[in-house]
Amino acid sequence: MGAARRALSAAALTAVAALVLAPVLAGLAVTLAMSAGHLPALGLSGPDAGPWLRLGAQPGLAQAVALTLWTGGAAAALSLALAFAAAPALHGSRAARLLAPLIGAPHAALAVGFAFLVAPWGWLARLFSPWATGWDVPPDWPTVNDPLGLALIAGLVLKEAPFLTFVLLAALAQRPVARDLAAARALGYGPRAAWRLAVLPACWPAVRLPVMIVLAYALSAVDPALILGPTLPPTLPVLTLRWFAAGETAMVLPGAAAAVAQALLVAAAILGFLGAERLWRARLAAQAARGDRGRPGRPGRGAALVVALPAAGAFAALALWSVAGRWPFPAALPATWSAEAWGGGQGLWRAAAATAGIGALSVALALALAILWLQLAGPLARAAEAAMALPLIVPPTAFAFGLAVALLRIGLDPGWPAVVAGHLAFVFPYVLIVLAGPWRAFDPALLRAAAAVGAGPVRRLAAVRLPVMLRPLCTAAAVGFAVSASQYLPTLTLGGGRVRTLTTEAVALASGGDRRVAAAFGLLAAALPVAVYLTAQALPGAVWRNRRALRGSP
Amino acid sequence: MTATLDLRDVVVLADGRPLFAPVSLTVAPGAVATVLGPSGIGKSSLLAWIGGHLAPPLAGAGHVLLDGRDVTALPAEARRIGVLFQDAALFPHLSVGGNLAFGLAADVRGRTARRAAVAAALERIGLPDAADRDPATLSGGERLRVALMRTLLSAPRAVLLDEPFAALDPATRDRIRAMTLRHLREDKIPALMVTHDAGDAAAAGGAVVRLAPPDQPSA
Repeated sequence: MGAARRALSAAALTAVAALVLAPVLAGLAVTLAMSAGHLPALGLSGPDAGPWLRLGAQPGLAQAVALTLWTGGAAAALSLALAFAAAPALHGSRAARLLAPLIGAPHAALAVGFAFLVAPWGWLARLFSPWATGWDVPPDWPTVNDPLGLALIAGLVLKEAPFLTFVLLAALAQRPVARDLAAARALGYGPRAAWRLAVLPACWPAVRLPVMIVLAYALSAVDPALILGPTLPPTLPVLTLRWFAAGETAMVLPGAAAAVAQALLVAAAILGFLGAERLWRARLAAQAARGDRGRPGRPGRGAALVVALPAAGAFAALALWSVAGRWPFPAALPATWSAEAWGGGQGLWRAAAATAGIGALSVALALALAILWLQLAGPLARAAEAAMALPLIVPPTAFAFGLAVALLRIGLDPGWPAVVAGHLAFVFPYVLIVLAGPWRAFDPALLRAAAAVGAGPVRRLAAVRLPVMLRPLCTAAAVGFAVSASQYLPTLTLGGGRVRTLTTEAVALASGGDRRVAAAFGLLAAALPVAVYLTAQALPGAVWRNRRALRGSP
Repeated sequence: MTATLDLRDVVVLADGRPLFAPVSLTVAPGAVATVLGPSGIGKSSLLAWIGGHLAPPLAGAGHVLLDGRDVTALPAEARRIGVLFQDAALFPHLSVGGNLAFGLAADVRGRTARRAAVAAALERIGLPDAADRDPATLSGGERLRVALMRTLLSAPRAVLLDEPFAALDPATRDRIRAMTLRHLREDKIPALMVTHDAGDAAAAGGAVVRLAPPDQPSA
């Protein structure tokens, strides 16, 4: 590669990175400035420790911080433990394919469904009443919004455990698992010890970044915490949202300080994770060095059920409520059925169209930019790829409000273009992660053969590489769409409250409002990404029905 | 610790149908018997069944005996039958020394004793300074030597060799094969090798079994 080509490649990568990261970086910078007392729109210029002092004086702050660390840390740890426990039983099984719909559904939709499942008036209570519980009216139990955040933890695990399991299974698919198991067992290790000491640790490099993303998300999530989390006080992200949404200028700057504190909390948690990782690896290495064969036994199958069943129950609860008519407690099923919630009286189909449109636009942009990125990628690009994961780690509260302020300052109105730009920051890294592996594994002989018959770079890309890569391109698009459809806070703040997607509406309707309508929004919010995913899986098989090598397995 | 390896009427079944005519064979301590046969006839599946690693839809029938004791019903980890794979199957997350310690029997206790055992093993295969190396940085021949020693350190009563030398270049191949056979003889371990290569069988110098289709007797 010549120097000119290298300079061009570096310039293009920088441009893509700037375009994708701009919303996050600008939002972060403005939030940081506001937390230091700098907000020219209100005639304030820092630096000033006032926002931090006022933040520190907020009642319940310490408790909110403790709750945030507890719920986020416990949810991430539990999700990882469940994924590790479930992966051996699911590896190579057809049941693993059922995980995909759980991963595609937005957190908010799953959280609404989970609330409908476990709330005192929820489906579980109805299934067991009155014959087992004796309840004729819903009990006065805090099964959601409980002060310890247990419902929030469960709601987060519901989504993150299947996600990490999926990631782990994908990593296992790249390893010679049967051979490694045989090698360990031939040395005297039982199946359980062989998985624990030999097979799973070899997959760890592929799982690390996703675990950090899950940890950052669980600490910073707004929408599940609004639906399932504690209320007095709530977690820090919800508290921050409240201060910004209250419209009181007095709370904007302390809110910014809280947003920065949120980012610091995530950074501290990731440091804690890296420390725990070292301890865990040292422990495993020590056990391997002792030649400790562990207790005999097989890995259990129970964890796989724990990963899949509650989420399936949440879906079922949403489906039931969305078509319920009259449904008095404690009947297990509705007394009458009604399609009214699907009639669109609350803007259901308009929200679906907005979700689809914003998703399609941000995915199209992300795909184009990712192809450009990979096509130009030099040795620089791999290091830069890690930096592109930044939006997946930075808490949404830490940049979303600052970004809204920044947009106002440069005279851009909130609305769907701003929402698409914000979504792109999250969609692009996922699209890049999905595409990068297949792109680099692409058989270079095909491109050389094309060049040898006179095809230039554009034709090699358009006529050879992209058609052959149809399956990974479809998968990347489906993943990107699911990421876009699940965005809550960026959609809310960058849309100025006027861009209504299924996710924002499901969250708004979950607290109060008509349960049937909330269920319809939640179910459609979950179904749309799943439908896109299934289409994306079917498309290569249909297009390449006469090309066995390209059909792949769905 | 070593034993005689006995196979009695062993077959591998796919959908209940045998892949080859039943095999019976006795391998004395320190001897290396060879299984030859066209590809696809089930040589590797035969080894997998003997080791206890065969997975459905394949199944096996017959008996595996170590010193007269039938181990056919035992799980793989209780049979004490070591396996050498073609690609060595070193664990990528452990160092070379870590891989050896992973194999070293748990009854060698104490950190000092275990370190010494690993160091002595590395000495034996001519890689004295390799304990802290990443297995990914080893050559194919080095990987295979480490895998051999990892197996021997687990004190196996028999060893199965699944075309371990096939991927090596001819010069390395002769050297590694000689070293492997010498160690198996020194440790008086009965071994069964599957191979495509008549040179492997000649070097092993033990009994040779040719797997035949089920309607002809294996010989």
